[in-house]
Amino acid sequence: MKSAVIVFPGSNCDRDLAVAFEAATGAKPAMVWHRDTELPDDIDLIGVPGGFSYGDYLRSGAMAARSPVMQAVAKAADRGAYVLGICNGFQVLTESGLLPGALLRNAGGHFVCRDVALTVENAQSAFTSRYEAGEAISFPVAHHDGNYFADAATLDRLEGEGRVALRYAESVNGSARNIAGILNEAGNVLGMMPHPERVIEAAHGATDGRRLFEGLVEGLLARA
Amino acid sequence: MKARIFVTLKGGVLDPQGKAIHHALEGLGFGGVNDVRAGKLIELDLADGTSDEDIDAMCRKLLANTVIENYRIEKA
Repeated sequence: MKSAVIVFPGSNCDRDLAVAFEAATGAKPAMVWHRDTELPDDIDLIGVPGGFSYGDYLRSGAMAARSPVMQAVAKAADRGAYVLGICNGFQVLTESGLLPGALLRNAGGHFVCRDVALTVENAQSAFTSRYEAGEAISFPVAHHDGNYFADAATLDRLEGEGRVALRYAESVNGSARNIAGILNEAGNVLGMMPHPERVIEAAHGATDGRRLFEGLVEGLLARA
Repeated sequence: MKARIFVTLKGGVLDPQGKAIHHALEGLGFGGVNDVRAGKLIELDLADGTSDEDIDAMCRKLLANTVIENYRIEKA
């Protein structure tokens, strides 16, 4: 099983995500620099990490979305590889068009950095198969631009197609319909603002995030 | 040749920055400010003869996110 973590200038959760991938897959992921134009052959799982890629210049994720490596990520996603974008990674995925909508400045204007209560809305996806539908979990968030926005028709479509994977169970950032994470149409790309990679070991204080990575690996093994 | 690109949030999109500026103006004692919307101005220094189509493509592909923003091009 091959995994990779994309590294942009300003990424700061890339190593945490690599630790989570390694714990789940048993192998170190390739760390792929933003200027690279290719990913390892037959890549199964790609992580687009949190951070402040390119200093959030222009818009969060805007510059990273146009970097060379994202063409390769889009190609791999098209082929069916799993792509997980967390926090800034979610912003990069919306900016690159792999996911619909956009992430605006938090409604209150504040950077929000705390644990938040979430509800698993769709437990059928490759990313959430180890959770129960409706299950209450808690992941940390740390973001300034996490206020999910899409027009009403897009939101209705996301809801209707079961593509809202995670929803905030409390008011966090003004997100439309409290959306915390969404899937693409094919279900192999997930973007989410909360950080599952920060809650995978007892030493982190909680392990709610571990099942996300374990479920992905389980799905990949079943697919192989 | 220069072009100025004005990028503004679409009507229905919340603008916390504009709201904060509005509050700050009120705090300074300025009354009569009904609303504030903040945007961006991007100045491009372009080779002569750059086509309008190319400038428009720059806006669509990078300078503005048309999911949430409008843009206006002003050539000088």
